[in-house]
Amino acid sequence: MIEKAVTVKNRAGIHARPAANIVKTANKFNCEIRIKKDNDEINAKSIMGIITLAAAFKTELILVADGEDEQSAVDALFNLFENKFEEE
Amino acid sequence: MKKFTILDLLGLDLKENDALQLKCIAGRAGLGREITVAYLDRPGLALAGYFDNFAYQRIQVFGRGEFAYIKKMIEEKNTDSLERFFSFPFPCCIFPYGAEPEEIFIQMAENSRCPILQSPLTSPELSQRLIRVLEGIFAPQQVMHAVFVEVFGIGVLIKGKSGVGKSEAALELIERGHRLIADDLVEIKRVSGNHLEGKGGNVFLAHHMEIRGLGIINITHLFGVGAIRDSKQVQLIVNLEDWDSEKVYDRLGSSEITEEILGVQVPCVDIPVKPGRNTPIIIETAAMNERLKRMGYYSAREFNQKVIRWLETDTDSENSLK
Repeated sequence: MIEKAVTVKNRAGIHARPAANIVKTANKFNCEIRIKKDNDEINAKSIMGIITLAAAFKTELILVADGEDEQSAVDALFNLFENKFEEE
Repeated sequence: MKKFTILDLLGLDLKENDALQLKCIAGRAGLGREITVAYLDRPGLALAGYFDNFAYQRIQVFGRGEFAYIKKMIEEKNTDSLERFFSFPFPCCIFPYGAEPEEIFIQMAENSRCPILQSPLTSPELSQRLIRVLEGIFAPQQVMHAVFVEVFGIGVLIKGKSGVGKSEAALELIERGHRLIADDLVEIKRVSGNHLEGKGGNVFLAHHMEIRGLGIINITHLFGVGAIRDSKQVQLIVNLEDWDSEKVYDRLGSSEITEEILGVQVPCVDIPVKPGRNTPIIIETAAMNERLKRMGYYSAREFNQKVIRWLETDTDSENSLK
């Protein structure tokens, strides 16, 4: 299992479209991926879960992946956050 | 858990027999004080000057007795213990019956930045409601990735891997007249011992579902207000899983399988999913069967009793013929 901290870098925060992007990326991998915010932890393959996290601009999140392809999954998601979900 | 302050208490959206009808009449500067325990204290002894074991972490409720006593203290200009009382960092004072405390008392509260709340309810009623509300807030809780629906009055938590068809099954259940409580993210709290109450994580985003191919849909607008519910007791867990020809599924249903959530055992069924199997009808039947069990009727057990009785009578008649 690996963990990696990320920060939401796009101004609008994680609304529906970034959430869909995260789910699309997460679903390419077989491992279990979770996103943690404070005490909440949700499944990264669930759109409603991610939106409900209410991660606004500059929120710090932790990506947690567990499974065979965990490293590539975390890297892919991390890049997505870094690229501001290709929004700006 | 996040801090729970007096301001949060005032901001709670409570309805009907949970409404506290509180308003802040003084000490607004202290609204950020934190509430940490779900108990109340009647400060009679403290007001009389006895501060040993004073439960200052609790909310202080001033009933008729305390109210009359502070009035008398102020009339007699004997306010030493009141001053000492306000030196403790308790969360707030509450006056039921809509009672208005003396001006001097208000002034003391303002000086020590202690919030004074008032409610028109009677003190037993207010105490009951307040404890119930606070217990709900401090209850142990867990967030689960599942869909929560009410089927024939039974709260059914549908679990399973992402993509196994939880939301699709729930959608058909809604179409068949059952109710959605939460999709994807269910917040479960254990209240009053062993009662598990489940609800959606966020009120603003409640009652939406994500269906592959359709995207996000609003259940309230599509199916009407009769198709939704805010919260419900978790009474049955349905695990949806891909059909595994190697696995042995329960064929009789006579053994009681349970799954633990927050220390409470919840009846549980594993349902294999494969194309052509009508999952919603199976979930509906599982819910009805659960209701029967709650009424004391166990289908599988009764069936076996019948078989045993039949075998006995059959062998009896055979024996008598011989």
